[in-house]
Amino acid sequence: MKKGNTYIFLYASGMVVIVAAVLSTASILLRPFQERNIETAKRTDILMSVDKAQEIRQAENRFEYIEEEYERYITESYVINHRGNIQEGVDAFEVNMREEMRKPAEERNLPIFVCTHDDGSNSYIIPMHGRGLWGPVFGYIALEEDFNTIYGIILDHESETPGLGAEIAGESFQEQFRGKRIFDEDMEFVSIKVIRPADPPIEGHSVDGISGGTITSQGVEEMLYDVLINYVDYFKERKKD
Amino acid sequence: MSQKEQNEKEPLFSPKHIKLLTNPLDDDNPITVLVLGICSALAVTVMLQPAVVMTLSVVCVMGLANLIVSLLRNTIPPRIRIIVQLVVIASLVILVDQVLKAFLYDVSRQLSVFVGLIITNCIIMGRLEAFALANKPWPSFLDGVGNAAGYGIILIIVAFLRELLGSGTVYGYPVIEYLGLYEFGYEDNGFMILPPMALITVGVIIWVQRSRNRKLIETN
Repeated sequence: MKKGNTYIFLYASGMVVIVAAVLSTASILLRPFQERNIETAKRTDILMSVDKAQEIRQAENRFEYIEEEYERYITESYVINHRGNIQEGVDAFEVNMREEMRKPAEERNLPIFVCTHDDGSNSYIIPMHGRGLWGPVFGYIALEEDFNTIYGIILDHESETPGLGAEIAGESFQEQFRGKRIFDEDMEFVSIKVIRPADPPIEGHSVDGISGGTITSQGVEEMLYDVLINYVDYFKERKKD
Repeated sequence: MSQKEQNEKEPLFSPKHIKLLTNPLDDDNPITVLVLGICSALAVTVMLQPAVVMTLSVVCVMGLANLIVSLLRNTIPPRIRIIVQLVVIASLVILVDQVLKAFLYDVSRQLSVFVGLIITNCIIMGRLEAFALANKPWPSFLDGVGNAAGYGIILIIVAFLRELLGSGTVYGYPVIEYLGLYEFGYEDNGFMILPPMALITVGVIIWVQRSRNRKLIETN
C-alpha cells in the first residue's frame, strides 16, 4: 500500500481522536472509584494518627469500616486562621494542606479534626504538608487536650528513597513522637527536633532521625515547625481555658 | 471443524509459540542478555512488593502493546511508526495507572511515578519494533508476555536479594529478625539499598547465567 502524506496525517489524526476518547472514557468511569480511594485514605490517615482503625486489614469492607470508625470517633472538625479564629463556611475535610502551605500565613485555612476517644477525652488532629528529599512529605499529628503532648503521628511521603528516607513512614520512627511536647516549660513553641546521632538529644522535644535519610528527616522537622507554628496562637488561647 | 480453526496453521500453543514465551526467560532475557530496561530495574527493586506489581503492570502493557501494534502492523505508516508505538504504549500505561489508582490504591501509592515510567522502558519499544511489526497478533502477544516475564523474573530476583540483604525483610516480613541473626552481630547492609548494588546484582546474575549456559558467551 502506498502511504502518502495525506494518509499519514489522517492516520495520526484518527489515532489521536481514538486515544483521546478511550483515555477520557476510562478517566470518567474510574474517577468515582479513585475519589473514594483518596477520601478513604485520608480518613484512614486521620484515624491512624489517633490509633483508631487498627483493624483495617481484617475489615471485610474497607470503605464501610473506615466510614463507621470516622463517624464514631471524629466528632468535630473546623478551620481556623493563623490568629486562631474559627473560619466559617470552610469544610475542614476539603482543605488541601499542600495548597494552604503555599499561601502567605495570613491567608491560610488551617483545619483541625477533633477525635473523641471512648473514655471521653479529646485529641486534636492537624494535617501537615512539607518537603522531603525527592518530593513531598505529609501526614497528620494528633495532640492531647493540653495542646502540647503528642498523642500520635502518621507520616507518609511520595517518593523518598526506600529503606532510607522512606522509613519515616515506618512504625519505629513514628512511635518515637508519642508523649513528646511541642512547647517548653516557659510555654515557648519549640516544635520537635529530628536529630542526627551526633547531636545531643533534647529531653522531651527531639526524636532520632533516620540514618541515611538525613534530608528527609530534616524535611519532617521543618514540616512540623512550619505547620504547627500557624496553630500556636490558637493553642495558647485554648490552653488558657 | 470451523472455518476459523482450519485457517489457523498452528495450534495456539505449538512448540514454536511456547518458545516465544519461554526463551526470554533465559536465553533471550531482556535484562541479562539484551541488557535493556536496566534503568527501571534499578528503581523498583529495593523492595519485593513494588517489583511484583511492576512486573504485572509491564506484563499487561507489553502483551497488549504487542498485540495492538501487531493488529495495526499493515496500516501503520512506516514514517511515523515510532510515534504510533509510543502512543499505544503511553495510552496503555495511563490506563494501567488509572486502574491501579481505582482498585489497588495502596500499591499505586507505593509505586508512585514508576508506573508512568513504564513508558520509557526500552524493552517494550524494542519488542514492538523487532517483533510485533512483523508478526501475527497471537505470536506477538506471547512474545510481549514472555519478554515482560523475563524482565520481571530478574526484577523479582534482584528485589528479593536487595530487600533481604539491605533491609532484612522479605515481602515486608522481618525474616532476619525472626531468625534471630541480629543477636549474633549480623547487620543489614545499607549499601544494598543504593542503586549501584542493583547493577552489581544484575552483573552477578549475568555471570551465573553465562557460566551455566555456555552458548551465551560471545566469542571474539
